[in-house]
Amino acid sequence: MRIEWLLALRFLKEGRAQTFFMLGGVTMGVGVIVFLTSLITGLQRSIIEKTLGTQAHVVMRPPDDEARRIITPDSTLAVSANVERRAQRLSSILQWQQVMRELEKRPEVTAVSPLVAGPSFAIRGSATKSVALMGIDPEKYTRIVPMPSFLKEGEFRITANDAAIGTDLARELGVTLGDKIRLQTADGRSETITVAGIFDVGIRDLNRRWVFITLRSAQNLLDLVGGVSSIDVTVRDLFKAEVIGEQLARQTGLTAESWMKTNAQLMVGLKSQSASSYMIQFFVIISVAFGITSVLVVSVIQKSREVGILRAMGCSRRRVRHIFLLQGGVVGLVGSLLGSGLGALLVTFFASTAKNPDGTPIFPVVLEPGMFLIAAGVATVTGILAAAAPAVRAAKLDPVVAIRNV
Amino acid sequence: MSEMNNIIQLTDVRKQYGNDGITTEVLHGIDLTLLQGEFTALIGPSGSGKSTLLNIIGLLEHPTSGVIRVQGRDTGTLPDVELTKLRGRSIGFVFQFHHLIPAFSALENVMMPLMLEDGRPTPAQRERATALLTRVGLADRLDFKPAKLSGGQQQRVAIARALAANPPLILADEPTGNLDTAAADEIFKLLYEVNLESGTTFLIVTHDPRLAHRCRRVVELVDGRIVG
Repeated sequence: MRIEWLLALRFLKEGRAQTFFMLGGVTMGVGVIVFLTSLITGLQRSIIEKTLGTQAHVVMRPPDDEARRIITPDSTLAVSANVERRAQRLSSILQWQQVMRELEKRPEVTAVSPLVAGPSFAIRGSATKSVALMGIDPEKYTRIVPMPSFLKEGEFRITANDAAIGTDLARELGVTLGDKIRLQTADGRSETITVAGIFDVGIRDLNRRWVFITLRSAQNLLDLVGGVSSIDVTVRDLFKAEVIGEQLARQTGLTAESWMKTNAQLMVGLKSQSASSYMIQFFVIISVAFGITSVLVVSVIQKSREVGILRAMGCSRRRVRHIFLLQGGVVGLVGSLLGSGLGALLVTFFASTAKNPDGTPIFPVVLEPGMFLIAAGVATVTGILAAAAPAVRAAKLDPVVAIRNV
Repeated sequence: MSEMNNIIQLTDVRKQYGNDGITTEVLHGIDLTLLQGEFTALIGPSGSGKSTLLNIIGLLEHPTSGVIRVQGRDTGTLPDVELTKLRGRSIGFVFQFHHLIPAFSALENVMMPLMLEDGRPTPAQRERATALLTRVGLADRLDFKPAKLSGGQQQRVAIARALAANPPLILADEPTGNLDTAAADEIFKLLYEVNLESGTTFLIVTHDPRLAHRCRRVVELVDGRIVG
C-alpha cells in the first residue's frame, strides 16, 4: 500500500467521530439520491406503462386533404381568395399492405398493426350509444395493445360475428356475453355482432366507446373497402418514438404521431418532475460537499502537528495534499456504498408500504446497477473536490509553525 | 580538514523577521561548521535565536542571507521539493515533545522516514526499525501506540526514528526538556552512545548546563551571535 493511502486511511481511522460524521453525511446524501431516483424512475415508468398500455407508440395516418387552388399565385399575379380548409373525410392509406411491409422491415420497429377506426352507434332495444369502431387484425393488434390482459369476461375473439366491448358500454346497453348488438353508422350501414368479450382497460372513456370488430366489418360499415385508416407502430426504444416517427413519415409520405406528441401534457409533467428531482439531488450533493469540507478543514488544523512532523521527515507538499484528497475520496466512496444500501432499503420499504387497495404496489421499485455506479462515482468525485481546499491548506502548512504551535 | 568532513557549514547566516521597515534581526551573521561525528551542544538563554538557528540548519526555514552547505552542497538555490528530499535523507529530528504520530505504532513511527523515502512500507524497513527499537531498548514495545508509552520511551522511539534513514546529522531540540532527571540522563546517554557507534553528527539544543558540559563541543548563542 502506498504511503499516502496508509496515512490517509490511518488518519480517517484515528479521527473516529469526524470520520463518522463525514461518512454519515455522505451516506444520507447518497441514500436520499438513490431513494429519490428509484422513486421517480419507478413512478414515471409506471405512469408511462399505464399510458402506453392502450396506445401505440406511433400512429401513421394519411396526410390531410388539402383544398387545391385553381389559380396558383406567382410573382406577377395577386389572387384575392379565401381558401377554406376542407372537411376531412375518412380516407384510406394508399397501398397500406406495401407500407406495412416496409415498416416491418425496420429494425427499430417491433410491431405493426392496421386499424380501421371510425364513428358509429351501438343500438340495443331503445338504447343508442355513440361508439368508436376499432376494426383490427386481432393477432397483430394484440402485439400493440395487449387486449387479452384487460379482459374481464369472455375472450378476445374477433370474428365476422364476434366482437369485444368495454365494461361501461356493456353496462349502459345492459348486455352480457353472448348478447347481440346492432352497429349502425351515420349513412345507414349496419351490422349485428355478438359480444364475445368484455374488457376493462382502466380508462372509463375507452371502456364506454371502444368496440373491436374485424378489419373487414369495419371497412364495410365505414365504407372504406380494402383500406385502413391508420397503422399502429410499436418501437423498441419508446423514448425514440418521436424521432423514429419522423423518419417513418418521411419514408412513407404519411403523417406520424408519436405517443409523446399525443401525451404532450404528460411529457411536460414528467420532464418537470425530473428537473425538480435533479435540482434536489444537486443541492444534496452541494451540502454533502460542504459537510466534508468543513470537517476536513478542522481535521487539517488538528493534524497540523503531524503534518509538520511528516514535512520535517521529508514528506513533500504534494504528498500532504494527496493524503487529504484521498481522505475525501475514500469518505465519498465508502459513504456512497453505505448510502446505496440505505437508499435501496428505504425504497424497498416504501414500495412495500405504499400499496394500491388491491395489494399491488403503487409503483414498481426500480433499482438499476447503473444508478449505484453513478452515485458512487459522483460521491467519490464530490469527496475529492470537497477535500481540495483543506488539502491545499494542509500542503501550505509551514512545518516550523506547525511543530512549534502545539 | 577536507570539505567532505563538513556535514554542515553556515557562512554569515542572518535571519530577519518582519517587513516594511520594522525588522528584527534574530541571527547576526552566524558562521558555524559541524564536522562528521561531532557531538555538539547548542546553548543560550531564551530568545537568543537557538530554535531559529536549528530550524535553518534543519532546512525548515530559509535564512534572510548567508550560505548553508549540507555535505558541501549549497542549499540556497534548491526548490522546496529538493529541500524536502534532502531533509528526509540527511537530517533526523528529535523534538522536545517527542512528536510521534499518534495513529501509528512505535514500529511504524520509526519506519515513517523510510516509507516516505521509498513511497511504501517494505519488510526491509520493518527489519531496520525493529533493530533500531531493540537498540534503544524497546524490543518489547514495537506495536505500542505512542499514547501507551512513557515520556522516556516516546523519546527513545523518536531517536530511533531520527536514526532510521541513517542521516549524517541529527538535530535534537531540548530532547530531555520534558523528562525527569533519571529519564533525561538515560536519553542523553543513548544519544552519546549512538554518536560513538554510528559516527552520526549530533547538534543538541539544551537548557541543561549539566548535559551541555557532557558534550564534546559547546556552542553558545547570545543575542543572535555565537560567543563561544
